[in-house]
Amino acid sequence: MNLSPRLLINAALLIFLAVLPFLTDWAGDSFYTGLVARILILAIAALSLNLLIGYGGMVSFGHAAFIGVGAYVVGIGAFHAFEDGIDWMLNGYIQLVIALLGSAFIALIIGAISLRTRGVYFIMITMAFSQMLYFTAVGVETYGADDGLSIYSRSDMLGLIDLNDEKSLYYLIFVSLLVVLYLMHRLVGSAFGNVIRGSKSNEARMRAIGFSPYKYRLTAFVIAGAIAGYAGFLMANLNDFVSPDVMHWTRSGDLIIMILLGGMASLFGPLYGALAFLMLEEILSSIPLTIGGLRVGEYWQLIFGPLLILIVLYARNGVDSFLPGARKNT
Amino acid sequence: MSAQDLLVIENLVKRYDGLLATDDLSLTVREGELHAIIGPNGAGKTTLIKQLTGEIPSDNGRVTFAGKNIKRLSEADRSHIGLARSFQITSLFQDFTVLENVCLAVQAHSGHSFRFWKKINNDTALTDPARDILRQMGLEERAETATAALSHGEQRQLEIAVALATKPKLLLLDEPMAGMSREDSEKLVERLIELKQHYSILLIEHDMDAVFSLADRISVLVYGQAIATGTPDDIRNNEEVRQAYLGEEA
Repeated sequence: MNLSPRLLINAALLIFLAVLPFLTDWAGDSFYTGLVARILILAIAALSLNLLIGYGGMVSFGHAAFIGVGAYVVGIGAFHAFEDGIDWMLNGYIQLVIALLGSAFIALIIGAISLRTRGVYFIMITMAFSQMLYFTAVGVETYGADDGLSIYSRSDMLGLIDLNDEKSLYYLIFVSLLVVLYLMHRLVGSAFGNVIRGSKSNEARMRAIGFSPYKYRLTAFVIAGAIAGYAGFLMANLNDFVSPDVMHWTRSGDLIIMILLGGMASLFGPLYGALAFLMLEEILSSIPLTIGGLRVGEYWQLIFGPLLILIVLYARNGVDSFLPGARKNT
Repeated sequence: MSAQDLLVIENLVKRYDGLLATDDLSLTVREGELHAIIGPNGAGKTTLIKQLTGEIPSDNGRVTFAGKNIKRLSEADRSHIGLARSFQITSLFQDFTVLENVCLAVQAHSGHSFRFWKKINNDTALTDPARDILRQMGLEERAETATAALSHGEQRQLEIAVALATKPKLLLLDEPMAGMSREDSEKLVERLIELKQHYSILLIEHDMDAVFSLADRISVLVYGQAIATGTPDDIRNNEEVRQAYLGEEA
């Protein structure tokens, strides 16, 4: 195997992420383990969305909805286990299966309708569907409506792994990220991935040579939805809380920004993007500077916005274009 | 309809807001022939190709391909029964390599693509036939080149290579020489003479030298109607054609 500098940088990042909990232990501050765990979950969701946007050219603006579905499965399960003593609803494996099937099924319905449209219409219709789910969650009083739902017990993995242990949860998230990275690597290089990329590149020619892109795109949409649902499952367990806010369209926008920041159509791009996005948020919002009685950190988006514009204008592939061996845009 | 008729077009109609792009057109392409369609700009040549491939629906008429009415077949279905087109305006996968372009077309005709795991880029079941086709079109040296980096002439060759990779019974070539230099056109004519041995071809072309040296039969299309069909000699000597189209050129 040929070890390119890019591969080494990616490997170094993964090794750093692998030992992070021990580093923070040593530093005596576990705050960063939680922050990075959150970043990795969003990276998993961004990776799944990148299958659609980066490789497939399908700019879905409602991807956070699937995170919400996965998160609410955990929240609702814990709620009924706690309130009504229905123990099986706390079973992590049952929750996981329902989260995956549920988000896949909803993705199937949303995708089947949305993928009949193109361009701006596709963006708007996926966003509209996600907002429907958002307002549904806001409307259901039983599950806390817009206040959200506190999760009093995390998914019960029957002793195989204890999610109440922060380190165990971190490693579940980290290993999940590795699995999703490898899954995407295989998927993109497969016959299926070839069709997805070809359909982005030139749909008219795809039809002319005998492909019907719709069913392949729908399949990609369902796979991406299920992975985002899985990210939701992890997210609810990490936060001990779920609210309609996770599904809000701005959350979907955040995922797109991560992909732009990290670099479209590159395997590791969304991971770098998620890291950059949340690190920047963390750093910019803690700027201690005060101007005219206003703390600059509170308005971090004023700095983040122009930064994003610069990246989109001058580094079309985001972080990816700064790594060695980057493909040059012509 | 006789046994050697591969494509039979009967009374085909396409109407755009009152304009008849294809006006009750009837035309036959025989098995093994190279049938050229000539006609002034706006005669409805590309519209006809699009109707044949199913890109746009026909308002009326009937198209029989290899003995089968293809009215209800989708564009992809038509590719699978052996209809292939090349594009007047180059339509390739610009961010793929030359080889990948052809492989994708081979893949389209190698069963379904719901295969999610196995690596595809060095699958010899795709690359072997793809390289054969590149050799046929004189692009074997350029296999690993990015498509966007090809010259215009090479892109036009690849345009045909991608169509060939779908193992067609009938090639619909929409102005393959468009924008080519004199020299490149001449080379392409030689390749098309070669391809003629293996494929039935419906050729649309403005380059009259190419048309008259390649075609077994020629149809002249004016305002969506075939005003004449015949051998190159018939067409050259047809008074109506001379008036409507060829003018001083012939």
